[in-house]
Amino acid sequence: MASFVLDDLTLGYDGHPAVHHLSGTLAAGSLTAIFGPNGSGKSTLLKGLAGLLKPISGSIAFQNCSAKSIAYLPQASDIDRTFPTSVADLVATGLYQRRGLFAAHTAQDLADVMQALATVGLDGFSARGLDTLSGGQFQRALFARVMLQDARAILLDEPFSAVDSKTTNDLLAIVARWQQEGRTVVAVLHDEALVHQHFPQTLLLARECLGWGPTQEVLNAPNLQRARHIHEAWDEAAPDCERDEHGHAH
Amino acid sequence: MATLIDFLFGPFIEFAFMRHALAGASVLAVGACPVGVFLMLRRMSLAGDALSHAILPGVAVGFLAAGLSLVPMAIGGLAAGLIVALLSGLVARATLQKEDASLAAFYLVSLALGVVLISLRGNSVDLTHILFGTVLALNAQGLIMIGVVASITLVTLAVMWRVLVLECLDPIFLKTVSSAGPAAHSAFLILVVLNLVGGFQAMGTLLCVGLMMLPAAAARFWAQRLEALCLIAMAIGIVSCWIGLLISYHFNIVSGPAIVLVAGGFYLVSLIVAPRGMFGQKPRRVQHKAA
Repeated sequence: MASFVLDDLTLGYDGHPAVHHLSGTLAAGSLTAIFGPNGSGKSTLLKGLAGLLKPISGSIAFQNCSAKSIAYLPQASDIDRTFPTSVADLVATGLYQRRGLFAAHTAQDLADVMQALATVGLDGFSARGLDTLSGGQFQRALFARVMLQDARAILLDEPFSAVDSKTTNDLLAIVARWQQEGRTVVAVLHDEALVHQHFPQTLLLARECLGWGPTQEVLNAPNLQRARHIHEAWDEAAPDCERDEHGHAH
Repeated sequence: MATLIDFLFGPFIEFAFMRHALAGASVLAVGACPVGVFLMLRRMSLAGDALSHAILPGVAVGFLAAGLSLVPMAIGGLAAGLIVALLSGLVARATLQKEDASLAAFYLVSLALGVVLISLRGNSVDLTHILFGTVLALNAQGLIMIGVVASITLVTLAVMWRVLVLECLDPIFLKTVSSAGPAAHSAFLILVVLNLVGGFQAMGTLLCVGLMMLPAAAARFWAQRLEALCLIAMAIGIVSCWIGLLISYHFNIVSGPAIVLVAGGFYLVSLIVAPRGMFGQKPRRVQHKAA
């Protein structure tokens, strides 16, 4: 079981914090939504969890997994959709954990690719070029790749922001299945109703943590009100942050 | 009929230097064309051009040391190309500047330095030889060098195929699953420089990039899969060498530019008639499929 323990974690760019003194645990097998206004550090936190961004201070401890065995689906994937390859070949890149960079794919691997495509509702799309897929179909293909990665922890950055409700529901069913399989799933989301319905745990983030726990307790009116009032502050002249270990301002 | 066969094959049957030129240029195409395909897919088509300028000062140092002699010039070119490729990659990683900008800075300095160095001792004929090549003067040494370069290229591409594809297709994914990305990028740049150096005796430092990029760009209009793209680019490259040498022989035209012009012709024809070219996207059938 994979879990993440964040200890006084500060992530950011050029010394400016985007996630500020965050402590807590993403429990093994939990299904957590990260919720908050734009610029609140949600994507930054996910990059940190995926090992793509080094903490400015504090730490992330991976338990029973490493940064390399996490499946990370970025928000606007910068995949070149004109690249001359097929849907099946794109999905097969998810076999990396199994085959590495050099070993050949076996017949079983290819069968697994087909199975994953069928699960996400892309039966019959395997030979299609990437440039022929719609936004929703492309997102389904990326979910199929995540399935093949067979990762203990799965990080999804706004996975439903560009897809319709039918696709969202299909993909949510897959997310639920991942949790049943004991995987730790973290998703950045913007749809409050969807979080209430499908995500038992929520981290409400506005650079600082405004609430972290059962969704019903975290997503209440006072908390959301506070989240809305935190501005995207990037003050070049801001003094160095001085907080003690317990996260209290001096 | 006999005249046609004589026209198409006669020069190669009759003259050893034509056979050497055809063999050298074709083998060069086999290695350089797939490298060109990857350069194109990485949106680095012009980086190949920049690197081809960058090898000039090294070639010039070899020329200053030993005259128009292949091995010293090749070693110099290889060293200069690798220095520019690796330095610009280093600057791109260490600063905010993107790799194309740092590459431009380094190759311009490199090109100017090269011309100055050659003019110290040589004349404009030497400079023309170095810039545009002498494919008809390929000797055994040059052929061996091209063969070695093509072999290294094909083996390396085969071994690194998956990581090269991932690095073009989805670099963030590669970064999350493996730390091989930067190493693969450097190895690929080394391949580019190797092929440019391998081609400089035949095609010159300026034109060898033509045999690398034009077949790749032409093939892009025909193929939808990477594997097919590489094979079609190789085929276009080899046929360009053959036709280019024929034109060069029969009409007394400089051979290197003739080969590149033929490859350019393939590009233009592909652009117009190929299924993924300018006019290829139009529906060829009045009715469309039901689903």
